[in-house]
Amino acid sequence: MELQAVLMAAGGGSRMTDLTYNTPKPMLPVGNKPLMWYPLNLLERVGFEEVIVITTREVHKMMSTDPKTKLDIKMKLDVVCIQEDGDMGTADALRHIHQKVKTDILVVSCDLITDVALHEVVDLFRAHNATVAMLMSKAHEFTETVPGQKGKKKTAEQRDFVGVDQSGKRLLFMANEADLEDGLIVRRSIIRKHPRMHIKTGLVDAHLYCLKKAVVDFLAENKSISSIRGELVPFLVRKQFSKMTSGQKRMDDTETVDQKNDGLTNDDLFFPSRDEALLQLAQERSCWNDHRGDMSEAYHGGKLRCYVHIMDQGLCYRVNTLSAYIEANRMVSHMWFCHRSAHFVVHPLLMLHFVFHPQMGSDSMIGAGCHVADKTSIKRSTIGISTTVKEKVKVTNSIIMHGVTIEEGCNIQGSVICSNAVIGRGADLKYCLVGNGQRIEPEGDTYSNTKKSILLEVSVTFGLV
Amino acid sequence: MADSGVSGGADKKDNIEREKIEGKELTKEEKQRLRKEKKQQKKGKEKKDASLPQVSVAETAAPASQLKAERRARQEAERTSKQSKKGDTGQPATTSKPKIPPNELQPVVKRLPEHIQVDDPDVLKKLAKKLERQQTTENSEIQKIPRRLDYGYKVSLFSHLLQYSRKAPLTQQLSIPSAVIHPAIVRLGLQYSQGIVAGSNARSIALLHAFKQVISDYTTPSNEELSRDLVNKLKPYISFLNQCRPLSASMGNAIKYIKKEISNIPSQFKEDDAKKKLLNCIECFIEEKIVLAAKAIAKSSIEKINDGDVILVYGCSSLVNHILCEAFEKGRKFRVIVVDSRPRLEGREALRRLVQKGISCTYVLISAVSYILPEVSKVFLGAHALLANGYVMSRVGTSQIALVAKAFNVPVLVCCETYKFCERVQTDSFVSNELDDPDDLIVTRKGETQLKDWQQVPRLGLLNLVYDVTPPDFVDLVITDLGMIPCTSVPVVLRVKNVDLL
Repeated sequence: MELQAVLMAAGGGSRMTDLTYNTPKPMLPVGNKPLMWYPLNLLERVGFEEVIVITTREVHKMMSTDPKTKLDIKMKLDVVCIQEDGDMGTADALRHIHQKVKTDILVVSCDLITDVALHEVVDLFRAHNATVAMLMSKAHEFTETVPGQKGKKKTAEQRDFVGVDQSGKRLLFMANEADLEDGLIVRRSIIRKHPRMHIKTGLVDAHLYCLKKAVVDFLAENKSISSIRGELVPFLVRKQFSKMTSGQKRMDDTETVDQKNDGLTNDDLFFPSRDEALLQLAQERSCWNDHRGDMSEAYHGGKLRCYVHIMDQGLCYRVNTLSAYIEANRMVSHMWFCHRSAHFVVHPLLMLHFVFHPQMGSDSMIGAGCHVADKTSIKRSTIGISTTVKEKVKVTNSIIMHGVTIEEGCNIQGSVICSNAVIGRGADLKYCLVGNGQRIEPEGDTYSNTKKSILLEVSVTFGLV
Repeated sequence: MADSGVSGGADKKDNIEREKIEGKELTKEEKQRLRKEKKQQKKGKEKKDASLPQVSVAETAAPASQLKAERRARQEAERTSKQSKKGDTGQPATTSKPKIPPNELQPVVKRLPEHIQVDDPDVLKKLAKKLERQQTTENSEIQKIPRRLDYGYKVSLFSHLLQYSRKAPLTQQLSIPSAVIHPAIVRLGLQYSQGIVAGSNARSIALLHAFKQVISDYTTPSNEELSRDLVNKLKPYISFLNQCRPLSASMGNAIKYIKKEISNIPSQFKEDDAKKKLLNCIECFIEEKIVLAAKAIAKSSIEKINDGDVILVYGCSSLVNHILCEAFEKGRKFRVIVVDSRPRLEGREALRRLVQKGISCTYVLISAVSYILPEVSKVFLGAHALLANGYVMSRVGTSQIALVAKAFNVPVLVCCETYKFCERVQTDSFVSNELDDPDDLIVTRKGETQLKDWQQVPRLGLLNLVYDVTPPDFVDLVITDLGMIPCTSVPVVLRVKNVDLL
């Protein structure tokens, strides 16, 4: 077997607590499917037959019992439950399933929605015998107004600096702004080997990694690494250019970035493949080199190689913030594999009075078992399963989750309404976030700019202020 | 049956008599058929006497088809007996090169193998069917080996060859944790198609390395024998590799060797022992035919390199580089001129290796070859394969260099291991060649890419040939691990090798 897939679905969704306080992040509906469905579908389409899913007990229960979140995935899911409250990072989770890992692994995060041709990433991993191959994408600006935020700009997130070589495939440098105290320092050994380096900052890390089995073994030994993205990958990227120690010499002391892992020698990371001597012989005879201009052989003789595939076209979203969630809901209807005919129940007598704008077909999604009455207008929205929309409702640019009841005459614009909420008659919601199971009084008029409009589990009903 | 048999036989006989009169030689089949007809006639006469007339009438109605079926069955039997006589063991259908068997006297027209008849749609259909048939059945699911699609407009002289694009790898059509094809083979195929493993020796070594992995991971299914099943398992892998990049002559010989070794495993061997033996065989092959051969060739060539020589090399041949490095270590004083050509520009890699050793080198492009040849004292060329008529198949441009060197009376020495000797015969570079990705020819200078939209221009084809053949008149000496032989002795070596193998 070549690759084992591992889906990390235990994340908390710490950056969108408004949505995740009731529903765990992997189960959030995006385009009427749970968020987990998307990476699982990606893996299934590509040909995987089994996936190891690392998740919490709650999510596991929801996956198997809740009829609304049925996953029509034909793969075999091997669910490993971990403690929800524990401070388990992604690397810790890998250490947890170390026994199950028999070959190289492909780690995917549950909040990834993408239509990347996965063979591009895996081909880099195979062809260059890489230690890690990952996927990144050019970031798109989210232009939609986010409900619940009073129009303030999102906090300047720490930027990620990614350095690639001239071909754009080899990963030379990776650091987060938070780790760089006084400027970006690039080691001389890197510059000597790769004089031309492109440093990019506007990239989204898709959290999709192909890792060699030896890396998982390495993780099992070294318990100090707890996060793949935060610690393991930068560590491996740095280690590409460390000198091979003979057991006596320690690594360069001129490390200014992240002193934590200095104690590990490069010998631990020399991951020999089967029959290394023969491979070496073949490489010597081959008239190929990955760089030119200096005297060294292919890959500069380094055994540890990190590669990245940067997508410039196509969708790649990581749904970990509210704005990403909304954007993903919009874009999902464009994705080819989601184009199932939305089936909904319409009151037969009132069919003639449907006011459906031409954008209905491509921009909106209506889940199964919905009741949509006449004279409604649904534009660029996603409506979940078993929701009821009464007459004269205008829904624009919104996400309505499952089991919601919207009474007559409502006007909902740019909002997110979570499961089982009830919107009273004549309510007018603009850019609001309605939590789970909340009620909005009839004639309620809410607008995110003016009022505190985020509703929490506290039983405070929202009324006129 | 009796009557029409007689009449049919009589007709046939007439035909044969006519042909005899016309002077055509009777083939073995026809002779046998004649003999059988005569026997049948004798039998028929006896039966006729014994049976009733009614029965015979009834029998004559149906028998024409019976007779045909009988004849067909007879022909099949003859054919299979012939094949077994030839001793055709383990020659794969797709990778067979048009052998000219020396002991076949019949004037049968030899067809070119199907992989180089791409412009014929029937051949393409047959190839697709063949790929389908070579599917591996895993868990009762039949999965096919995907076919790589042609790319771009092909120059008409070479339209019978396949042309692939590097941007459309075969792995696009495979499932990612490749279950159909062993992951080592997928990796190898990718490395071939991207050019990471390039050069005849490197490709063979990498192929054998991958086969070692395949054999180590192989388990015999319950009702099968290792010797037969493993060969069948390797067939789809080989056609996959062929799709990624057409197999080289050295790879073909290595595959033949392995298949022979596998088929010769006695059935009482336990699986572990058999696998160990096979892995050992592979290692022996590499050690003898590649590593030791290189040492032997280096030893012979060093005698030919004198102090003060100016040696010209072309492209990057692992063997020639090895020879020059060894000679330099032995203390010979010489300098090297490296000739290079677009689009591969492999000479840069050769230059790097030689300069790293400390050899003083000059670097020119092939367009300057006639200007520097007056300085050159010897030309050392590597070979991709040596054909049975003495022609040298090597990187495109080699024949040019040999031609110009001949014009300047500079000796041309070709270095080639014996495992690259091939039983094919070719006198020109058109009939069988390899077309590389045409987009490699596109180059950007000063921010302008002239050929960017070459596909839109009608009837413009970009031709990126990989190999060419050099006639033996231009080659003065071939240095092999068997010694230094003239180009015309290649068939002798092949004959000796065949006797050894058999």
